Amino acid sequence: MTPTDRDKAALYKRVAIVGADESDEIGIVPQKSTLQLHAEAARNALEDAGIALSEVDGIFSAGSAGWSPTLQIAEYLGIQPKYTDSTSVGGSSFVIDVEHAAAAIATGLIDVALITHGESGASGGRRGGSARPALDVQHPSAQFEMPYHVGGAPTHYAMACMRHMYQYGTTHEQLAEIAVATRKWAMLNPKAMMRDPITIDDVLSSRWIAYPFHLLDCCLVTDAGGAVVVVSAERAKDCKKPPVWVLGSGEATTHQTITNMPDLTTTPAAISGPRAFAMAGVRHEDIDVVEVYDSFTYTALVTLEALGFCKPGEGGAFVSGQRTAPGGDFPLNTNGGGLSYTHPGMYGMFLLIEATRQLRNECGDRQVPNAKLACVNGTGGTLSSTGTLILGAD
Amino acid sequence: MAQDGYRKPLPTPSPESKRYWDGCHNHELWIPFCRNCQKFYFYPRDFCPACFGWDIEWRKASGRGRVYTYAIQHRAWHPGWQDEVPYVTALVQLEEGPRLYTNLIGVDPDPAHVHCDMPVEVTFEDITEDVSLPKFRPV
Ligand SMILES: [Zn+2]
Repeated sequence: MTPTDRDKAALYKRVAIVGADESDEIGIVPQKSTLQLHAEAARNALEDAGIALSEVDGIFSAGSAGWSPTLQIAEYLGIQPKYTDSTSVGGSSFVIDVEHAAAAIATGLIDVALITHGESGASGGRRGGSARPALDVQHPSAQFEMPYHVGGAPTHYAMACMRHMYQYGTTHEQLAEIAVATRKWAMLNPKAMMRDPITIDDVLSSRWIAYPFHLLDCCLVTDAGGAVVVVSAERAKDCKKPPVWVLGSGEATTHQTITNMPDLTTTPAAISGPRAFAMAGVRHEDIDVVEVYDSFTYTALVTLEALGFCKPGEGGAFVSGQRTAPGGDFPLNTNGGGLSYTHPGMYGMFLLIEATRQLRNECGDRQVPNAKLACVNGTGGTLSSTGTLILGAD
Repeated sequence: MAQDGYRKPLPTPSPESKRYWDGCHNHELWIPFCRNCQKFYFYPRDFCPACFGWDIEWRKASGRGRVYTYAIQHRAWHPGWQDEVPYVTALVQLEEGPRLYTNLIGVDPDPAHVHCDMPVEVTFEDITEDVSLPKFRPV
């Protein structure tokens, strides 16, 4: 896709992220409901911004709060927003919400957008019922996929990874490089769940989940909440902390069911990425820190290709030699990612929180020195949807 | 031959997919074809997803194809597969073009024996009196 001048002008530096935080506890949190996780994160992110809940006039969320997440969350928080957006395209939704919030703010419909997430991926199943709406039995995945297998993400992403390995010669060892490097970042993050060092051999000797994925190729399943506050450039002048500017954004969807994914060896980031980079007017080599959805090691690898950090098929070589680890020349998933920090089911929110913290120089031991530009990419569904953001500090 | 106590999810045909499942019941693979594009497509709808044309017909497919990709499932995420792990899920690209999500049977669930682009053909499993599932096996 060739970005147009209109893309470039649309949302460049019109809004900023001014608040970002997790719920009080993340990890295994059976004692908190999903709505408690939403509310704690909302309070913490608003405090981080120095903005009162009463100022929030737009609410954004996805999944985990019934058939209409924003209705439920607004009621629970006790607000009556004039703009709601329950975009539900999987774990990328929260990243895409930033673009949607930016559009609503840039057109003057709202001033303060609150995006929240709360999900009990680890503990919710034991409560009975489901936070997500049930599937219509006549829908395509129920008719044409589930009679052959029920199990979701690991299965489908494994099939995409297998095609990549076949087509390009990507190896288990190269995928394991990502798991090991990401764990090294987690060891520097006190909030990360998995903080013991692992080796390539540990990954390769962990049990199979869905070949070609070992256990340690797969993300965690946790309970966690998170929230970010997005405001107009004008409102951003008067917040507690320096703004993290939205310089560029892009959104793309190509399919829902894995059977109907056009090319299993790429992702829609090949569409959303170029648009975000063009809007921001930056090049790949300008980016200081990269936060991409790592539901599986493969997701991170193929996303780097799709975003254009390397060519299709070159992701394996690109991540080799612990290039993405602390001290490497390509800082990736610096909070420890979905692989080692947290992953409650949909992870996009936590990419935003970490990118914001890196650009504010708040990351302590894991801080990427002098980080000014971040690239964030959320992936949702079965490699179905992406949201890409280029974020920048002054 | 119907199996008693079939424990996996059964497909629930929709009005637009009934022809497909009827075909399977007769151990034939019938898939929709767009007269405008002159191409097959899947899954069944009343129109072609490539051109949004509604001039479609059903044609019998050869049943031959290749494994576009696969995975070997080592976890039974659903009780119906408890006694069958590991087993193979695959996307089979039919000679006619469309891909089907399926299981590979008649082959060891081992990457030494399964590979992308291996030729396969359809076979039908009668899972209830009314429902037959198309699966694929190596040619
Ligand atoms: Zn057509």
